[in-house]
Amino acid sequence: MSHDPPAIELKSIYKAFGSIQANKDISITVAAGSIHGIVGENGAGKSTLMSILYGFYKADQGEIYVKGKQILIRDSQSAISFGIGMVFQHFKLVENFTVLENIILGSEKGYLLTPALNQTRTALYDLGKDYELNVDLDAEIKDLSVGLQQRVEILKVLYRGADILILDEPTGVLTPTETEQLFRILRRLRNEGKTIILITHKLREIMEITDQVSVMRRGEMVGHLNTPDTTPEELAEMMVGRKVIHNISKSPASPKGTVLQVENLNVVDDLGVERVKGISFSVCAGEVLGIAGVAGNGQSELLEVLGGMRNGTGVVQVSDQQLDLSGPKATGKWRRNFGIAHVPEDRQREGLVMEYFAWENVAFGYHRDARYQKNPFTMDNSAIRKDAVGKMGRFDVRPRNPWLRAKNFSGGNQQKIVVAREFERKPNLLLVGQPTRGIDIGAVEFVHRQIIALRDQGTAILLVSVELSEILSLADRIAVMFDGRIMGERLPEQTDERELSLLMTGIIEQGHDPAI
Amino acid sequence: MDLLAVIQILDSTFRLATPLLFACLAGLYSERAGIFDIGLEGKMLMAAFSSAAIAAIFGSAWFGLAAGIISALLLSGLHGLASITFRGNQLISGVAINFLASGLTVLIAQYLFQQGGRTPSLSSDGRFEPITLPLADALAIVPVLGSIYSELLSGHSLFVYLAIFMVPITWWILYRTRFGLRLRAVGENPAAVETAGVSVHALRFAAVAICGVLCGIAGTYLATSLQAGFVKEMTAGRGFIALAALIFAKWRPWAALWTCLLFGFMQAVALRYQNIDLGIVVVPVQLMDVLPYLLTVVILAGFVGAAVPPRAGGEPYVKEH
Repeated sequence: MSHDPPAIELKSIYKAFGSIQANKDISITVAAGSIHGIVGENGAGKSTLMSILYGFYKADQGEIYVKGKQILIRDSQSAISFGIGMVFQHFKLVENFTVLENIILGSEKGYLLTPALNQTRTALYDLGKDYELNVDLDAEIKDLSVGLQQRVEILKVLYRGADILILDEPTGVLTPTETEQLFRILRRLRNEGKTIILITHKLREIMEITDQVSVMRRGEMVGHLNTPDTTPEELAEMMVGRKVIHNISKSPASPKGTVLQVENLNVVDDLGVERVKGISFSVCAGEVLGIAGVAGNGQSELLEVLGGMRNGTGVVQVSDQQLDLSGPKATGKWRRNFGIAHVPEDRQREGLVMEYFAWENVAFGYHRDARYQKNPFTMDNSAIRKDAVGKMGRFDVRPRNPWLRAKNFSGGNQQKIVVAREFERKPNLLLVGQPTRGIDIGAVEFVHRQIIALRDQGTAILLVSVELSEILSLADRIAVMFDGRIMGERLPEQTDERELSLLMTGIIEQGHDPAI
Repeated sequence: MDLLAVIQILDSTFRLATPLLFACLAGLYSERAGIFDIGLEGKMLMAAFSSAAIAAIFGSAWFGLAAGIISALLLSGLHGLASITFRGNQLISGVAINFLASGLTVLIAQYLFQQGGRTPSLSSDGRFEPITLPLADALAIVPVLGSIYSELLSGHSLFVYLAIFMVPITWWILYRTRFGLRLRAVGENPAAVETAGVSVHALRFAAVAICGVLCGIAGTYLATSLQAGFVKEMTAGRGFIALAALIFAKWRPWAALWTCLLFGFMQAVALRYQNIDLGIVVVPVQLMDVLPYLLTVVILAGFVGAAVPPRAGGEPYVKEH
C-alpha cells in the first residue's frame, strides 16, 4: 500500500429521493492507485453514490475528500476539474460524430475546431500508445463495436485529465474477449497510478480484477474487504443478506418427443442483411436448449421469427404442425394458438407496456381468453385483476400492487410480471430471451428456478442468453451461434466457458455434431 | 423565351427565396439543437407586423428591423421557456405561437392604425431599398454578362445578399467552431453534452435565440422590402415551406440554399406566367400557385428518401439517474 492520501474518501453520505433513502450513512475510502470494486444488487444505491461523486446529485449530508482535501462538487464540470471521470453504462457518445469529435466535445480549448482537433489528435495518439487504447480517431461512432465505443469513453475521460475513473457496469455489453481486453487496460491504468472504481454486480469480475471491494445493500454499506481475502460466496451473501445458490440444482432432463423442429431457417432484416443463415435444430419436451452467442449474431432474430415478430423462410414445426413464417398468420397471436409462450429479450419494449398497469400487463396477449370476458363485447376487468393479484403473489412480484404502472417496478419485478404471464399457461414451447438481463441476484435465482420447474413439467424451452454462466447452469444442451450460423452443439457437462467463447467468436467451428 | 425573361424570373427567384432561406436557416439552428420549431411561421408574421408598424410610426426601416428581431426573439423565448425549461411538447408550443401571432398581429394593427388589420403603406424611408452594385448601370450595356450583373446580381435589398451570405456563415459555425460542434451534439445526444460538463439548456436557448433573430429578419424583409407594409397573414405559409425545405435539405446549410432557391423559383414562375399555354392544354394559374405547396406535401410525405432528423429532436431533455 502506498502512503499517499486516499484518492477518494466519502464520509457519512446521505441522499434521499422523496421518501426513499437511496444512500444512508455511506463511508468509503478508495486507496490511490488501486482498483476498487463496489458491488450490490440493482437498486442498492451504487449508481446514486457515484452520481453524487460525479456531480449529478448533491448529497443531503456528508463530506467528500479527494486526495486528502475536502471538496464541494457542484456539477460534472467541477468533478472533472478534481480529476474525476466517469464511464457510464450507457455510453454518452454522439453516434454520427467521429471519435475525435466525441473526445473533444466539451473541452475544445478555444472557439475554433480545426486547431483543437489537430492538437487533440497528437495528444490522443500518445494516450492510446501509453494505455493500449487504439481506436481509429476518424471513424464514426456508429461504425464501431461496443467494445471500441467503450474505449472512446475511457479515452474521453483520460483526455480530460482524470486520474480517478469510475466505471459503471462496464462489462454488461462486452463479449468475453472484449472484457479481457478491458481488464488489461484497467490493470495498465492502475499500474500507471490511476485509481479505478468499478461498479458491477458480477462477482467473478470483482474477484478477477479488484484490489478492494465494498458491498452495498439497500442504500447502506455493509462491508469493505480486501479482494484476496474473500470469496464470491461471501460477497453474494453480503449483497443479498442470505445464501444464494448459484448453481441451480436441477435433475437431469428427461426429454420426450420433439416439440420444436427448425429446418434451414433464414432471416433477412429490414436493411437486407442476412441475420440467420440456414440453421436447423430441434428442442424436445422437457429439455432446455440454450443458445449461446455474442449479442448480435442472429439470436435475437431467431427468437423474433419463432415468436411471430419478424418474417423468415424455412420450415418450422411445433408439435408436428407447420408455423407460418410470413403472412397474416405469422403473428404472436397465432403463435399462442400453438401453445408457444414468449418472454422477449427486451422486456421494456416488447414484453410490457410501460405506461400500463401491472394487471393489464398480466393479461396482454391473453386478453381474449374466455375467462377474461364478461360478455362478447366487454372484458371482465375485475376477473383479470383478481388473476393478476394471484399471479403476482405466486411469482413474488414486489410490490404486489396491480394498480402500479409497469414502469414503476424494478427491472427484476418487471421481468417477474412477464414471466408470470407467460409461464402459468403451461406452454408446449417457451421462447425466452435474456431472462435475467439487468436484474438483481434474488430475481435471477427466482426466474431460473421457474424455468427449470417449467421444464420439469414437460415444456420445451429455447433459451437465448449472452450470459454464459446462465446457459451453462440452465441448459441441457447448448448450441452456439456466430454470424447467423450454429457453430456447434455441446453438452454443458462436457464443455466450459473457454471452449464456448471460442465457438462464440467463430474461432473454432465444429464439422458435425456428435452431441445430438 | 428570351434572356431578359429568364433573368427576370431568376431575379424574382432570389427575392422570393430570401424569406424562405432566412426561415430555413432559423429552423436549422433550432432543430440541429434538438428543438423542433413549427412556429417559424408565427415568428415571421409577428416580425413582419412589428417591423412594419414601427417603420410606419418612426419612418425608419432600421427601427423596423430592430422591432422585427425583438418581437421574434420574444416569441422564441416563449418557445424556449415552454419546451426547454418546462419540457413541454415542442409541436404544441409551436402551434400556439402560430395562433398567437396570427391573432395578435391583426388585433394590434387594427388598434393602432384602424385600417382593417393592416399597417399603412411604408414610404421609402420605412423600407429597405434595393442596392445598386458598383458599376451596375455602366455595365448594363455589355451583352449577356452585363445584364446578368446589373439585372440579376445588382438591385436587391440588403437582405437578399445577407441571406445568401448566411449560408457559408452557418456552415462555418456548424462545422468549424466549438459552438457548432456542441450545437450538433446537443441535437443528437444531449446526455453526451451534459456529461461533458456543458449546459444543455444554455446551448438550446442560444440556438432558439438565433432562430428568433433569423425569423425576425425574414419577417422584416417581407414587410419592409419585398412589400411595403403588413397585411393579414402575409407570410402565407412560408414558415411551413421553409420547414419542408429544411427537411428536403436534410438539415444542411448548403442544401438549404438550393432547396429554398427551388421553392423561390416555383413561386417566381407562378407569379410571372399566370396561365401557361402548352398548345393542347392551358395550365391554369391556380395550379402554378399551388406548386410550391404541392411540393411541400410531397417532400413531407417522404418522397425524397430517408431524411434522418437530429436524433434527440423534439424530446425535452431530462437528466438521467
